[in-house]
Amino acid sequence: MAYKRQIDRLPIIPADATKHNVVCHYCIVGCGYHAYSWPVNRQGGVAPSTNVFGADLSRQQPPDTAAWYAPSMYNIVKQDGKDVHIVIKPDDACIVNSGLGSARGARMAEMSYSRARTTQQQRLTDPLVWRYGQMQPTSWDDALDLVARVTARIVAEKGEDALFVSAFDHGGAGGGYENTWGTGKLYFGAMKIKNIRIHNRPAYNSEVHGTRDMGVGELNNCYEDAELADTIMVVGANPLETQTNYFLNHWVPNVRGFSLDKKNEQLAGEAHDRGRIIIVDPRRTVTVAACEAEAGPENVLHLQINSGTDLALFNALFTEIADQGWVDQDFIDRSTTSEAGAGDGSDPAWPAVLTSFIAARAGNRMTVEEAAEITGLSPDDIRKAARWIAQPKQGGARRRTMFAYEKGLIWGNDNYRTNGALVNIALATGNVGRPGGGVVRLGGHQEGYVRPSDAHVGRPAAYVDRLLIDGQGGVHHVWGCDHYKTTLNASEFMRVYKQRTDKVKDAMNAVRYGDREAMVDAIVTAINDGGLFAVDVDIVPTKIGEACHVVLPAATAGEMNLTSMNGERRMRLTERYMDPPGQAMPDCLIAARIANRMQRILTDLGKADIAANFDGFDWKTEEDAFTDGYNATAKGGEHVTYDRLRAMGTNGFQEPAVGFENGRIVGTQRLYADGKFGTEDGKARFMYAEWRGLEAPGKQKQRDSYAFLINNGRANLVWQSAYLDVDNDFVMDRWPFPFIEMHPNDMAKVGVKKGDLVEVYNDAGSTQAMAYPTPSARPGETFMLFAFPTGVQGNVVNAGTNELGIPNYKQTWGNIRKIADAPASVAHLSFKSKEYNAT
Amino acid sequence: MPRCERLIDMGRRQFLRGSAIAAAGAAAAVSVPSGAQEVRTQAAMARVEYPSIRLANIADLTINRPLEVAFPDDDAPGVLLKLGSRVEGGTGPDEDIVGFSTTCPHKGFPLLYNADDRTLNCRNHYSRFDCEAGGQQIWGHAAQNLPQYALRIDENGDIYAEGVDELLYGRLSNVL
Ligand code: SF4
Ligand code: FES
Repeated sequence: MAYKRQIDRLPIIPADATKHNVVCHYCIVGCGYHAYSWPVNRQGGVAPSTNVFGADLSRQQPPDTAAWYAPSMYNIVKQDGKDVHIVIKPDDACIVNSGLGSARGARMAEMSYSRARTTQQQRLTDPLVWRYGQMQPTSWDDALDLVARVTARIVAEKGEDALFVSAFDHGGAGGGYENTWGTGKLYFGAMKIKNIRIHNRPAYNSEVHGTRDMGVGELNNCYEDAELADTIMVVGANPLETQTNYFLNHWVPNVRGFSLDKKNEQLAGEAHDRGRIIIVDPRRTVTVAACEAEAGPENVLHLQINSGTDLALFNALFTEIADQGWVDQDFIDRSTTSEAGAGDGSDPAWPAVLTSFIAARAGNRMTVEEAAEITGLSPDDIRKAARWIAQPKQGGARRRTMFAYEKGLIWGNDNYRTNGALVNIALATGNVGRPGGGVVRLGGHQEGYVRPSDAHVGRPAAYVDRLLIDGQGGVHHVWGCDHYKTTLNASEFMRVYKQRTDKVKDAMNAVRYGDREAMVDAIVTAINDGGLFAVDVDIVPTKIGEACHVVLPAATAGEMNLTSMNGERRMRLTERYMDPPGQAMPDCLIAARIANRMQRILTDLGKADIAANFDGFDWKTEEDAFTDGYNATAKGGEHVTYDRLRAMGTNGFQEPAVGFENGRIVGTQRLYADGKFGTEDGKARFMYAEWRGLEAPGKQKQRDSYAFLINNGRANLVWQSAYLDVDNDFVMDRWPFPFIEMHPNDMAKVGVKKGDLVEVYNDAGSTQAMAYPTPSARPGETFMLFAFPTGVQGNVVNAGTNELGIPNYKQTWGNIRKIADAPASVAHLSFKSKEYNAT
Repeated sequence: MPRCERLIDMGRRQFLRGSAIAAAGAAAAVSVPSGAQEVRTQAAMARVEYPSIRLANIADLTINRPLEVAFPDDDAPGVLLKLGSRVEGGTGPDEDIVGFSTTCPHKGFPLLYNADDRTLNCRNHYSRFDCEAGGQQIWGHAAQNLPQYALRIDENGDIYAEGVDELLYGRLSNVL
């Protein structure tokens, strides 16, 4: 039977409950919530005067009511050491989500640490060290001392390049301005660490170098633009599942035709209709099905391309639009360069030439027929897409088209050029910086990046995972990353990483734990022999953490004050509404304490000059880190303080801040509204981005050698790598194993039934998944849940990246064979179609 | 103890219970928390007391034709279904009769029955629930599966609902 909580009553929030601002710390959308808390021995009542809603709760509340919360929104947590009831529920007045919760965010309370209700008991409560052959709890003093001594010794003896770092660079949980600054100041300020990577890719690089180099920051519009657009073109994204409430609250009204009033009001003097949508994706997603249900198939164009051929499609659209004369020549003349760029795209740091419209048009020329051949689309559909994007509207007004993309493009073939080719279309049609336009990534996490310059990292940045496999590095600091689940070439990485860290464990086992000097010597000797000393900072035990020698417990959003911005640069403060578990601390303060220790130890080692670099870490609170980082160094940061953010509630302001007036921070609704772009001369660049087939090493060979495309991505129920979901009954009941969607005929071919466990394997490795019959899947094309702990898709992603080290997870091919019949945990599951079908 | 007081007491214990413990059916001492002292997991299976309400007779049911009902009161719409083949949690001679709330647990809009694949579907944000799998959310936005009725069928074939296994949308107590 499906999992049920057997809860038929919840305590009522009393009228005088404490209320904190909360922004959902899971996905990029950053929905507004409030956390209500009150003493555990009290509760509100059904009479309007006795509950926070002022509602008569003795009656059934209507649909879409603010006066209800689900059991998943409730818990008992500690606040200043005392148990309190807590309800974390969506905020009706937040313009991002208008009261909507998703299957992820609506579980924030239930996914909090509670001893009273035994939720998230997996959370790390104490520092752990490798002692007597296993991980054991210890004090901060002891753990930090070991970390700092080994790290300082290695840095002093081998230099900073021997310290490897993996660190989040985002907002929301496990990130935020406080924590990116804390870690950034340690590794880019006090030190100049070069061998560093980010949580989901093997190097310290941008996922969207292409658009940035063209002068177009990737989050340049506002969510309302999705309500104003005539056409939305979305590439390699599935926003219903992965940017859920952005899609539901801002896209759906447009395709339903409900935002017409807004269009007529804000954009008077031109023809308006319900929005149309073009979806570029080899897979038929629930987003496609929902759009068809809302807008009618005639207003939805699903361009179901061959995997990895986006670039060819974009170049054909660019060519067709230019040939038809549908470009915005005024905009091109005013806001883009007229100078043809230099170089030929062979420099790995600059994998394409940045240039003028004229040069890009000549270089990227691709006919509709050529593109049809490569992409597998019909020429008619490509022409139709060009019309929907750029053909002037009735009355001659320019069509407003918003372009959105995410991991299908970012983790897809030829990232740099494909990104550029899409931005080319947006620039050519003048759709940047204007209402109803924008060319934006949709995003995964919220953002929250403020760090000292990373220029010393270089470009292309070091391929850190490969260097680790090659035996380089002596110490590895891991912050909120789990390579074992979220890297490519994961099997090989795990094999070598275990070997190298085991070497240090064996050395530690041979020394009495209390002999600190002997312990550090033994560790250093093991490192000199190819070993790796690994420190993991996280909120939960991770897979890579099992290999580590020290584990440090961190606090997450709500257990600390935390600031981030969402996909329209909307910055808010999540207030601290509960205590962190046990001794856990905010990452920024952990970084500061490491810095303090290292300074002392380097001084003792006689390295006063290096020690001096570790000044400026005397923060006591996360607010100190915020003031030192964002407030002092971010663009417009001088206008932003915790007090001001608190007063701005869940709506916050859109970055960058440009002033503070009448008690409010003044933000920026859209970037580039003035037609000036992020280049030295303020002119945007086009990109000469020729199609060159499957670009990353080994991909074409894989495609030629294996029977199935192993496309992969997220599912709406699961947040990120399921690091909290693994301890959530509701999620694990539904997905005990990662699903792999397969056409029923393909299942028959390999002899599997629904729910059977299959092995997916190729030249890179092997992994497992649970077969999910999907009649709408294209034969030969499967889709597997990414980064799931009970079957890691990254095991079968080969090591090939683009020139700048961007992994190419999506273009993976493999074979599939049966491992076992459906296990007991799978027997009760539904295997029906995920698609809503208007009946 | 008068009935109403008992309800309140049971309700209070209920919400303090950890779900994992409840699933294991473990019994442990129950204590009402007081003040700032730490609350320990309560393992009692205390539930709100439901009325026993006759929803229909077996003879009223046709295979795969939804019968609209309401439980535990008229403001809580639901459906009775005879699926035609045995399902886990099914009742009746063929163990194929099930009943569900038809208020979407996401935002409270009505669910519609799709007889082709025996699912309940929400027009508002596309959530889908499987009537043959205990109301499991096949795909959707709710953070819970669909509330299902505890059914009893007497010797005359009268079908009674006597409980619900999840909180119903729009009420903080299933019995108002
Ligand atoms: S859509 Fe994203 S931000 Fe909003 S509630 Fe869901 S996970 Fe959180
Ligand atoms: S109300 Fe049913 S899915 Fe939202």
